Amino acid sequence: MKRSLSFVPPVLPALSELWMRRRMGNGSGRFLLPLVGFGFLLVLWQVSSWTWAKDLPSPAETWEKSRIYILQPLAKRGEMDQGLLRYVLNSLALVAQGYGLGLLAGTLFGLLLGCSPVFTRMFDPVVQMLKPISPLAWLPLGLVLFQNTRGAAVFTIALCSMWPTVMNTALGLRNVPQDYLNVGRVLRLSRLRMLWKILLPSALPYMFTGYRLSLGIAWLAIVAAEMLTGTPGIGGFLWQEYNALIYEHILVAILAIGLVGWVLDRCMLALERWITTSMS
Amino acid sequence: MDHTLLISKLTKVYPTPRGPLVVLEDFDLRVPEGQFVTLIGHSGCGKSTVLSIVAGLQEPTSGGVILGGREVTGPGPDRGVVFQAPCLLPWLSALENVRLGVDQVHRHLSRSERRSLAEHYLACVGLGDALDKMPSELSQGMRQRVSLARAFALQPKVLLLDEPFGMLDSVTRCELHDVLLDVWQQDRRTVIMVTHDVDEAIFLSDRVVMMTQGPKARVGGIVDVPMERPRNRAAVLQDPRYYELRQTLLEFLGSPGAESETEVASSTVEAVPG
Ligand SMILES: Nc1ncnc2c1ncn2[C@@H]1O[C@H](COP(=O)(O)OP(=O)(O)OP(=O)(O)O)[C@@H](O)[C@H]1O
Ligand SMILES: [Mg+2]
Repeated sequence: MKRSLSFVPPVLPALSELWMRRRMGNGSGRFLLPLVGFGFLLVLWQVSSWTWAKDLPSPAETWEKSRIYILQPLAKRGEMDQGLLRYVLNSLALVAQGYGLGLLAGTLFGLLLGCSPVFTRMFDPVVQMLKPISPLAWLPLGLVLFQNTRGAAVFTIALCSMWPTVMNTALGLRNVPQDYLNVGRVLRLSRLRMLWKILLPSALPYMFTGYRLSLGIAWLAIVAAEMLTGTPGIGGFLWQEYNALIYEHILVAILAIGLVGWVLDRCMLALERWITTSMS
Repeated sequence: MDHTLLISKLTKVYPTPRGPLVVLEDFDLRVPEGQFVTLIGHSGCGKSTVLSIVAGLQEPTSGGVILGGREVTGPGPDRGVVFQAPCLLPWLSALENVRLGVDQVHRHLSRSERRSLAEHYLACVGLGDALDKMPSELSQGMRQRVSLARAFALQPKVLLLDEPFGMLDSVTRCELHDVLLDVWQQDRRTVIMVTHDVDEAIFLSDRVVMMTQGPKARVGGIVDVPMERPRNRAAVLQDPRYYELRQTLLEFLGSPGAESETEVASSTVEAVPG
């Protein structure tokens, strides 16, 4: 026992190093390893549907029963019977509204917080209190306020998604290097030119990090919002299929939500990297 | 109007965790308009502190700076600053970096006049073909040239240069010395330049101001550089006075208790103006 214990530690690092070297060494590792990850998920799913989760459809069944949604992605057979991509586009349109509003409000609010210590002292506690409130909690309030589901959804998405933008915009402004500020001071730039030529460009990479995080939250919130309001989108579809007890469709909706979220994040990340490199 | 720069009884105290640090105490200096003065001293003695107070980026603890009869209370475009590290805004091209100051200061000029002014100064520092390059595409030396052009283009009454060539190799350094002298010769502004390179100080300036070792640094002595202008490097190097000056300065920097002015007993040393 003791012997085997003392033997194990050197083996593990050696193995992991071998693993790392192979991964870095050849390009196929970049595609192969993620595939292994997805394969693992698939196996877990399959095994679960065989063993402890009898109601869970297997991957093959899921494909069989829901391929019409995937193979005819833009079909519209009825208000609540559309192709998967069509649902996703519906959802994205709603997200775009809420997210756009959230960005606008978040950026402006963040600018105020970042520029004024007084404002920060005044509103930081409020922000900290509103930040952790979940979309599920805001939605009923939205329904009361707007009396319609679309308005409520936009309100919820905007409110939930704005906080990373607020925080990062403020952070970016507070972190403008003193050297840049000194350049502006020496040249006696007016406040507006200081903001436009120095503060904003310098804070832009931070702001885009905020925008990316906000988009992630907006996408999280859309599903919750649609589930509660029954809007014809990917979340609404999911909830409808749950009520209809068609589990294969639920699974395919879940996968679609994840995939779209992933793609959105990659796009924003690419944008963020581009901004960061062109700003420095 | 006379734009003499007067630094009078300048004292700067920094609060530190180990109690207040008196960096400067009773630092006095008078720089007549159009004079090129270098400030030399040991690392950390407070040279940058003097410069940033003159620039108005920091407040003195007591004493003050008077420029053209008015007390300096903050930064302003009448004083152009070149920072120790070339500080360009990375999101603006070389031309736009220069334009930033030009647009602010020369408001009475038309757009095209402002543009050609900025282009003129960039051409002066040898960057006529690199107007639209971004700072990331420029070498360290080229960036420092842009900072020089940016400061020159303000056409300030006083130029404040904080070790502008400190991070450059000696070839680039010599090139930029010539550039600096060329531009300075055109309109003879007052210049205060910080350096710790004795040769650079002698070659460029009319007077070399030696600061005592900190804390409580002040002016330890002033040496006049009598070589006539325009200067030629080869001629300066052959001048016997060059070696005398060099010796004086090196001795001052070398002596650990560089406190007393008597140590630099030389006819070229004048008393600290009171
Ligand atoms: N903000 C600050 N707070 C506390 N101490 C400071 C601050 N800025 C500078 N000092 C101290 O003041 C002294 C003088 O600094 P300064 O930068 O003026 O020196 P310097 O002569 O320019 O040095 P160098 O030749 O290395 O550039 C140093 O000892 C430094 O540690
Ligand atoms: Mg310094």
